[in-house]
Amino acid sequence: MKKIPAIIELQEKFTSGELSVKEHTQKIISEAKNSNKEFHHFNEICWEKALQKAEELDRQLKQKKAKGKLFGIPVSVKDCICVKGVESTAGSAILKGYRPLYNATVIERAEKEGAIIIGKTAQDEFGFGTFSRNVGKGFEIPLNPHDKERSCGGSSGGSAGFTALTELTQVSISESTGGSIACPASFCGVFGFTPTYGRVSRYGLMDYASSLDKIGSMGKNVHDAALLLEAIAGNDEKDSTSLPNPVENYSQFLEKSPKGLKIGVVKEFFGKGIDKKVSETVWKSLKMLESEGAKIEEISLPLNAEYGLSAYYLVAMTEASTNLAKYCGLRYGNALDLNGSFDEYFTKVRTEFFGEEAKRRIILGTFARMSGFREAYYLKAMKARTLLIEEFQKAFKKFDVLANPTMPVIAPKFSEIEKLSPMQNYAMDLCTGPANTAGLPHASIPCGETSKMPVGLMLTADYLKEKELLSASAFAEKVFK
Amino acid sequence: MQKQKIDESFILKVAKNSRLKLSEAEAKKFLPQMREILEAFSKLDSLDVSKAKPSFQPLPLKNVFRKDVPKESLSQEQALSLARHKKEGYFKGPKVVSE
Repeated sequence: MKKIPAIIELQEKFTSGELSVKEHTQKIISEAKNSNKEFHHFNEICWEKALQKAEELDRQLKQKKAKGKLFGIPVSVKDCICVKGVESTAGSAILKGYRPLYNATVIERAEKEGAIIIGKTAQDEFGFGTFSRNVGKGFEIPLNPHDKERSCGGSSGGSAGFTALTELTQVSISESTGGSIACPASFCGVFGFTPTYGRVSRYGLMDYASSLDKIGSMGKNVHDAALLLEAIAGNDEKDSTSLPNPVENYSQFLEKSPKGLKIGVVKEFFGKGIDKKVSETVWKSLKMLESEGAKIEEISLPLNAEYGLSAYYLVAMTEASTNLAKYCGLRYGNALDLNGSFDEYFTKVRTEFFGEEAKRRIILGTFARMSGFREAYYLKAMKARTLLIEEFQKAFKKFDVLANPTMPVIAPKFSEIEKLSPMQNYAMDLCTGPANTAGLPHASIPCGETSKMPVGLMLTADYLKEKELLSASAFAEKVFK
Repeated sequence: MQKQKIDESFILKVAKNSRLKLSEAEAKKFLPQMREILEAFSKLDSLDVSKAKPSFQPLPLKNVFRKDVPKESLSQEQALSLARHKKEGYFKGPKVVSE
């Protein structure tokens, strides 16, 4: 396999003059354009903007003014994150043609650190899916670079697909509500990191579920993803839910392996509903960590295993139904001819442009917060979330990280996905849903293969333990190589 | 969970509340799917939450205040630039009162 330079290695080439930023940018844009015809990882490739930025960075190099953690690095961005002037749709026909007038905070920050935004990656419409198959009307489904008959995972499918496919240095800004970074990272065999809820500003993110959405990072290796995270994380006055705690230089703590890392192996996530080969591959990888000094012990999370999925979906759908109420064909996004009353026009626009899964979730979410049902569904799920968080907190008194397979299966074939009912689809989030509901930082690390497809190990840590979790991930990455 | 008979007319009613119009074929397709989903969610019935407070956010949040100083914002032209229907500096919406 071709050796792909890590971010810092590529930046050395830029500063030594071996390669110009423009040359590298041209190469990756051309790769993205060519591969997109076959794999559909991008909804939009912004090559003019990228080349303009590359030229600007080359000028800075000449003037010896080059600086920034992401200097000259191509960054793909999940379509639900606003990039000024670049079509941003969250994979939905209702936002077709929408070119935001402002950048999301993560884009501002990444560009300030010298990042080159290359395009918007494919996803399930508004993040509503586990396989990036629920794309909006008129959008293409991204295909897994390991096997085109299989899914990239979702909902950040394009991000993971292209990160796995590219033979050049690149990182991706992705987003997770219930597992949308970890899942595709696992299916495509890349590293995916979801931080603590509030660690990264959500300003400029087209929200799915406001109390669950988290912007995170993906890369071919832990170091690259850690660099991206430290560039985009931190408090933001434009997002009142962003956390005030200072951001550490995560990438500086990856060399030294954590001593005697205490890993709690969540036993429920190795049993019912988990493919035997996947569970064996993950166990084998944990044994490798043990032989390198980690301490492994089984732990039970009965509440999260039993109720995590239901609580997650109720919270997610309820919040989604209110968040999507703003799309009505009036101020921005897709519109129709102005006919009929308010109600008739809005209904016509929403009915025309929302896809089937979006409609299903809006209806279920509306039901869960209707008068007479709010207590039974929405409030109950919110109370359940408290108990699920408490169970996690108890586990972190004893363990540094918790471990389980990221996904219960390897990337399924589209022909298999077609046979699943919506509920069977949702059940695929069994292992990723709980950590997301609790807002805990988690990572998916490629840990082996089965049937020639990648398998991911998921590690979860306590709130704001990004540094420790990335260090544990780097240790695992080293051991698995 | 509170028992509610989920039938096609109920789904159509909730859809209407959500400003969505489902065809009869869609409502027919959604019906067994939604029954299966709500049945799975009703698992939560067996969890005792009587002593738990709701977590509307995963981490406790404090009120965040900032100084109330005027800042630059979008110009009227920019704000209207993404709308298809506009007139004399305003967004143009559908009729509120029927004739």
